[in-house]
Amino acid sequence: MNPTLHAYRTGWRRALIETRISLTTPSDVLGYVLPVGIAVVVLLFLRGVDIEGAPVSLGSMNMPSLVGMFIVWGGVFGVLGILVMDRTNGTLLRAKSMPGGMTGYLIGHIGSIALFTAAGVVVLLAVGLLLFDGLEFGSPDRWLTFLAVLALGMAATMPIGAVLGALIDNPRNMGVVMLPFMALMAVSGIFYPLGGMPGWAQAVGQVFPMYWAGLGMRHAMLADSAVVVEIGGSWRTLTMFAVLAAWSITALAAAPKLLSRMARRESGSTMAARRQKMYQEWG
Amino acid sequence: MAHAPAPDGPAIAVSDLRMRYGDKEVLSGLDLTVEPGGVTALLGPNGAGKTTTVEILEGFRARSGGEVEVFGLDPEHGDERWRAKMGIVLQEWNDNGKWRVRDLLAHFADYYRPYSDPWEADGLLELVGLAGEAKQRVQTLSGGQRRRLDVAAGIVGRPSLLFLDEPTTGFDPHARREFHELIHRLTDMEGVTVLLTTHDLDEAEKLADRILILAGGRIIADGSPDALARAAATSAEVKWMQDGRRQVHATDDATGFVRKLLAADDGAVRDLEVHSANLEDAYLTLVERFESGEAEAAVDRFRKEVSR
Repeated sequence: MNPTLHAYRTGWRRALIETRISLTTPSDVLGYVLPVGIAVVVLLFLRGVDIEGAPVSLGSMNMPSLVGMFIVWGGVFGVLGILVMDRTNGTLLRAKSMPGGMTGYLIGHIGSIALFTAAGVVVLLAVGLLLFDGLEFGSPDRWLTFLAVLALGMAATMPIGAVLGALIDNPRNMGVVMLPFMALMAVSGIFYPLGGMPGWAQAVGQVFPMYWAGLGMRHAMLADSAVVVEIGGSWRTLTMFAVLAAWSITALAAAPKLLSRMARRESGSTMAARRQKMYQEWG
Repeated sequence: MAHAPAPDGPAIAVSDLRMRYGDKEVLSGLDLTVEPGGVTALLGPNGAGKTTTVEILEGFRARSGGEVEVFGLDPEHGDERWRAKMGIVLQEWNDNGKWRVRDLLAHFADYYRPYSDPWEADGLLELVGLAGEAKQRVQTLSGGQRRRLDVAAGIVGRPSLLFLDEPTTGFDPHARREFHELIHRLTDMEGVTVLLTTHDLDEAEKLADRILILAGGRIIADGSPDALARAAATSAEVKWMQDGRRQVHATDDATGFVRKLLAADDGAVRDLEVHSANLEDAYLTLVERFESGEAEAAVDRFRKEVSR
């Protein structure tokens, strides 16, 4: 039995169990369904709002953008939240105390977050096709684009979550990431086309993966004539894949070092100290 | 494998272990050898360096100096095969709360398969008395049940060395006794080496074959509970009234001292009392002094008392 391979396989089993647990734990499911559900309801009201020159309503245009945002959200906060919580409750330390445990732990969580996010995206896609006019998803090239953006979007954002999770060691500091994330949503063309926003907003938005994941999903799901609303009147397919790939490579290069530094520092007394601090802060 | 440990070497060999945090020295030259088998208790007041010592042995903390070997390997460079021989039970584990008890234990067992023949989940749950809770989510267990699950997780890979860190902190007396019975059952059956840390002398006396008392960054007493108790009992305190004044004298030979005292007193000695210090007295005095900041003095005095 090859021990390394065995650790990966055990991790994959962990991924399946974690996914099953997440899907059957009401609080986990609600944590995702509630914000996304609210967003979908808002978009339903935007079905009557037209955008100048575009063939679809603002609601229909934002539906694919929402899918893109969900991938980024799930990737970043899925990994970040788990890493931060698991250092407080000792799950990470437990993994460290077993042979191959850290490998199994990481594979397990990466796998389960990917599965959980994919499941969410499929549900969103179905809801979009059912409730919104003007979405097109009937040809293999659209399926391929959709799958490619999904895969690359997760590959870009999960390591970002890992980097942030390795740096933040107090659940309270999650807000430090949450607030900029909200601000970024506003300048990423998720709820209004970025082309209609001021130049500085366009510049900021185009640095981060959220805009590009949304653009990719619009490309996959909207009629080609909707491209007139986009910056430069183009889907910029190559640039989109290139930016997502660049984020993925950068974050993947940084993540392993930071994760192993985080794991190395983990011990019973550091965990106890962290919990003590958390209790004091939260009264 | 490159490093199969010598089968007859010590489980733990530590010499001149030093640890400092900033300019505070927590361990100042600790020496310790533990042979395989039996329960060794590392006893000491809070802040004596017990947890630091154990974390260094577990490979969770880098030391400042000294030599450490656990099963022939430096814990800082312990590989997965070495890791598979360690079982660790901490005070504050609260992990994987959403998992079901049986699923979690079966999953943990999987990690050990390349290295040993781990316990089957059902048999192990039976052993620690959690068979009835197998399908429950971990977060619904009571404190005592949770700790028994931690022990199960600690031994699931059939470790050669089991670390128990303050295992009964916060237990009520009943849960404590049940836990002690579980540890006895384990050590009888498995032939595993147990290193227990505790600040409770009573617990150390109940569970351990050998007690090491850690204070002031060193081991200041080492022996079986009986030997330590006998050593501590050799020193005694004699009190009496003479000429209207209270007299106190500490001695290693109370009988001899009293014989001489009474032979020469001409009836002036009254209210004679002899207190032989037991291990508990000696230990409590040590802890009291240690916690009031007189660490060095406390350690010196304890050493005098325990080392005849």
